[in-house]
Amino acid sequence: MKTAVIVFPGSNCDQDMYYAIKDGLGEEVEYVWHAETSLDGFDAVMIPGGFSYGDYLRSGAIARFAGIMPAVIQAAREGKPVLGVCNGFQILLEAGLLPGAMLKNKKLKFICKTVNLKVENNNTLFTSLYKKNEIIRIPIAHGEGNYYCDDETLHMLKTGGQIVFTYDGENPNGSKANIAGIVNRAGNVLGMMPHPERAADALLESSDGLRLFQSILNHWRESAHAAYTS
Amino acid sequence: MPLTHLEPSPEQIEREKVYRDMGLTEEEYRKVKKLLGRKPNYTETGLFSVMWSEHCSYKTSKPVLKNFPTEGKHVLQGPGEGAGIVDIGDNQAVVFKIESHNHPSAIEPYQGAATGVGGIIRDVFSMGARPVALLDSLRFGDLKNPRVRYLFEEVVSGIAGYGNCIGIPTVGGELQFDTCYNGNPLVNAMCVGIMNHEDIQVGQARGIGNTVMYVGASTGRDGINGATFASEEISEKSDEKRSAVQVGDPFMEKLLVEACLELTKHEALVGIQDMGAAGLVSSASEMAAKAGVGIHMNLDRIPQRETNMTPYEMMLSESQERMLIVIKKGSEEEIKAIFARWGLHAVAVGEVIEEEVLRLEHRGEIVAEVPSDALAAAPVRHMPSKVPESYIKNQSAPDWVPQITDYAGTVKRLLSQPSLASKEWVTSQYDYMVQTNTIVAPGSDAAVVRVRGTKKGLAMTTDCNAKYLALDPKEGGRIAVAEAARNIVCSGGLPLAITDCLNFGSPEKPEVFWQIEESAKGMSEACKTLETPVISGNVSLYNETDQGAIDPTPVVGMVGLIENLDHVVTVPFKNEGDAVYVIGRPTPEFGGSAIQMLTEGRASGKAPALDLSVEKRRQSQLLEAIKAGYVSSAHDLSEGGLACALAESVFGTPFACDLQFESDPVEELFAETQSRFVVSVPEQMMKAFESVVEDAMFIGRVTRGVDLRLSFSDVTVTLNRPELEKAWRGALSCFMTTEN
Repeated sequence: MKTAVIVFPGSNCDQDMYYAIKDGLGEEVEYVWHAETSLDGFDAVMIPGGFSYGDYLRSGAIARFAGIMPAVIQAAREGKPVLGVCNGFQILLEAGLLPGAMLKNKKLKFICKTVNLKVENNNTLFTSLYKKNEIIRIPIAHGEGNYYCDDETLHMLKTGGQIVFTYDGENPNGSKANIAGIVNRAGNVLGMMPHPERAADALLESSDGLRLFQSILNHWRESAHAAYTS
Repeated sequence: MPLTHLEPSPEQIEREKVYRDMGLTEEEYRKVKKLLGRKPNYTETGLFSVMWSEHCSYKTSKPVLKNFPTEGKHVLQGPGEGAGIVDIGDNQAVVFKIESHNHPSAIEPYQGAATGVGGIIRDVFSMGARPVALLDSLRFGDLKNPRVRYLFEEVVSGIAGYGNCIGIPTVGGELQFDTCYNGNPLVNAMCVGIMNHEDIQVGQARGIGNTVMYVGASTGRDGINGATFASEEISEKSDEKRSAVQVGDPFMEKLLVEACLELTKHEALVGIQDMGAAGLVSSASEMAAKAGVGIHMNLDRIPQRETNMTPYEMMLSESQERMLIVIKKGSEEEIKAIFARWGLHAVAVGEVIEEEVLRLEHRGEIVAEVPSDALAAAPVRHMPSKVPESYIKNQSAPDWVPQITDYAGTVKRLLSQPSLASKEWVTSQYDYMVQTNTIVAPGSDAAVVRVRGTKKGLAMTTDCNAKYLALDPKEGGRIAVAEAARNIVCSGGLPLAITDCLNFGSPEKPEVFWQIEESAKGMSEACKTLETPVISGNVSLYNETDQGAIDPTPVVGMVGLIENLDHVVTVPFKNEGDAVYVIGRPTPEFGGSAIQMLTEGRASGKAPALDLSVEKRRQSQLLEAIKAGYVSSAHDLSEGGLACALAESVFGTPFACDLQFESDPVEELFAETQSRFVVSVPEQMMKAFESVVEDAMFIGRVTRGVDLRLSFSDVTVTLNRPELEKAWRGALSCFMTTEN
C-alpha cells in the first residue's frame, strides 16, 4: 500500500503521520506538496494536523483551495481511503467531503491530553480491527475541536452509522453528541480530531491508534486481492 | 529625498543630549565620538544605543560571565553563537539555549511570551539544528492579584499559541509564584534542537564580495528600541513603550524553519544569524565582526511592510521571523528559489567588504558608518558590589524550626500552594506530543525526548529555587545547578551541560550586583564539580518595579543524554511490594523552605547547605543503579521535602506506602536538606541496589491502597492519597476559574 501525506504550509503533524505509516505500519509512504495536482499511484491519502496557512481566516478555510484538493476529492470519489486528522478533519469539512463545522473549544483553551474514545462503528475500513464499543486511548491536541452540525445532519449521521468515534466520559471540547470522528456516507473518508498517528508506537503513552492504520491496510489487501481475482 | 532631514542633527543630538533619551550615558556618548572621530548622526546614535544596551552588550554582566566554565569534552560550541552545541555520539549533537522575555511580557503578556518562544527557536535553527523541544521557566506574583492572573493566563496562552502552531512540543519547564514577581513576571524560554555535526552553522560573514541576504518576514515599525527598553526598570511609564513589544507570527516562523533547514544543506551558505534583539544592527555587525570584515548594506532593498521607514527605524526594528544570511556570490537565484517554495522573501541587501565597517546606504546616500566591532567595543562597566545587610542578618539568625502538630493537614496545604501544585492547568494547553518523540511528558523530574532512529533520548529540565538565592545567592546558585542535575539523573540521563538565564534586579544597586557575582560563583562551582559546562545563556537585569527587585533567579536549563531509552525512569511508584529507599539523611534545614513560606510567609535564616562532593557521588551511584536496571522509580527531594516527594510518587497510581523512620518527623518530612532522593526498587534488586548506592536507607514498601503510613518513634502519620491528590490537582485551576 502506498500512502500520500499531504503537506500544506503550516502542517506540523505531517512527519508524525509519515512515521506512523513507515515505522508503525511498515508500509510505503510519501509526502505530497500542496501545490501538486495529482495523487495517481497512491492507494490512500492522509491529511495531517497542524495549522495550515496559519489558521488564517478559519481553520482549514484556505487549504481547501490548494492545488492538491481536486485530486483529494477525486481520490475520495474513487473510494480510496482518505483520513483527515485534526486540522485535516477541519480541511475535509471545509472542502465539503464531510458535513458539519468546527467551533472553538467550549472552554476556549487549547487542550492537549490523551483521552478515552469509544468505537461507535467498527464496520468501516478504518476501524475493522477494533471491537464495537471498545474504549481506546488516543491523544487530542486542538483549540478548535468542538464539532457542530444541525439536528437534521446529526440524525443522518446517527442513522447512517457515520459516527465512528465519540469521547467517552468527559467531553473535552463541547462537541455535539460527543462526536470525535465521522465518516462520509460511502465510508471511505474519515475525519477525526484525535491523533491516531500519535498512538502508533509502543514507546509512546498509547499505541491504540496503530490498529486504525492496520485496518486500512487490511482493507487495501482485501480489495487488491478482490480486484486481482475478479 | 532622504527621510533623515526631520531627525535631529549631530550637533543638536550633542547640544540637547538627545542620546540620553536614547539610553546612552555621557561617558558612552563620548566614547562613540572618539570611536567615530566625529559626532554621530541620529541613525548612528540609535545603533550605538541598542548595541550598547545591557541586553545586547552584556556590558555589566560580562566581568561575571567570563568566570563560568565553558569547556568540556563534549562541548562543540560554547557561548558566543546563537546557541551552544554538545556532542551526543553517532555524529549527532544537541543544541540548546534559554532566553528571557520578561520586560515585554510584563506589559503585553501574550505577544511578549509568544515572541520569546519565537526568538529562542530561531537561535537554535540558525545553528543548523531542527528544534525538537521547548521548555518554559515562568515566575509570577501572587495569584490572588487579578493583574497577576491576567499576566499568567496570557503568558501561557502566548507560549501555547506560538509553540503549538509551529509544531515543536513544549515538554517541560517550571512555574513558581511569589509576591516579588508581582509587577515583573519572568518568562524564560528554552529550545532544544538536534543536528548532525556536518550541518553546524556559524553566524559569520566570511568572504569578501559575498552576498548578504535578508530572508523571512518584512520589516515594520514594531519592537523599535526593544533591547533598550529591556535594559530599564519597569515603571508606570512602561506602558507607553508597548510599541517596543514585537508581534509574533508562528506560521511565518514555521515556514522559515523549514526553508532555513533546507538552506543549511546548501553548499552556498556561508553564515546565518537570527535578527533578534536589535534586529538588523546586531545581526549585521555581529556577523561582520566575528569574521573580521565589514558589510555594505543598501536599505532601499530591505522588505518593508510600512511606508517611508527611516534608516533608524529599519535598523532598530525588532520585527519577528527574520534572518540575515551570507551566501557565496553568484548563488542568489538558487537561494531565492528555496525560499520562494515556502512563499518567503530572500533579498540581496548587501555585500561583504574588506573594510571593517557597517556601512548603510539609503536613497543614494551613506546614512551611517560604524565600526563592525562597535558592539564588542561596548564599554565594560565594573559595578560596585556590597554585601546586603539582610544577608548578614540571615546568616547569624538562629535556626528556625517549624512547629507542626497536624502533619496530614500541613502536607495537604503544602501541595495546594500554587508553586507546588499540579501544573496540569498549564501543560494541558501546550502540545507536548507533536513530533511523537515525547517519551516522558511534563510532570516528571525531567522531560525525555527520543532521538529518532536511535536508542538514545535527551532528558531536559529547568530549575531555580529563588528563595534559597534570596537568602544566600552563592549556595542557592550551587543548588540550582545541582537540582537540575538531580532531575536529569532521576530520569536516567547523564547531565551534559547547562544554559542559564540570569534574572536579577538593577545591577546599579551594589547589593544586587553582589547577588549576581555570588550566584555566578556558586553556579560555576557546581558546574565544575558536576561536569556540566555553561554552553549558552542570557542575562536579564533591571527586573524591578517600584516594589523593589525580584529575588535573584538564575534559571538553569540542563540537558542530559540517555544512552538507551530502556534506562528511562519516572517519578511514580510502579509495583506493589517494591522496596522504598531514601538516599541521604535529613538535617534541620528549613531556611527558604516551602514549609517556611507556608507558615511564616517569608524566607529567613540560612539556605540549605550543599556538599558538592556528596552530591556528585550520590548522583553517579544512582545513575549507575538506574542504568543497571535496579530502579523502578526515582524522584529528587526538593521543595516540600520528603512529604511532597512521597505524595508525588503515589499520585496517578493505585499505590501507597508503609514506611518506618527513626528520625524526627518534622525534619524527615519537611526539611529541604540537599542531595536527597526517594527511590523504589524491586525485591530481587535490593541487594544489588544497596551495593551500588552507599547512602541509601531502606524505609519500607510500596503498598496497594489509599493510605500512606509513615511511622516514627512517637507518632504515625497517615496521608490519604485521594484527598491529597484532589487538593494538588485542583489548586491552580481553582485560582484560575473561580476568581476570574
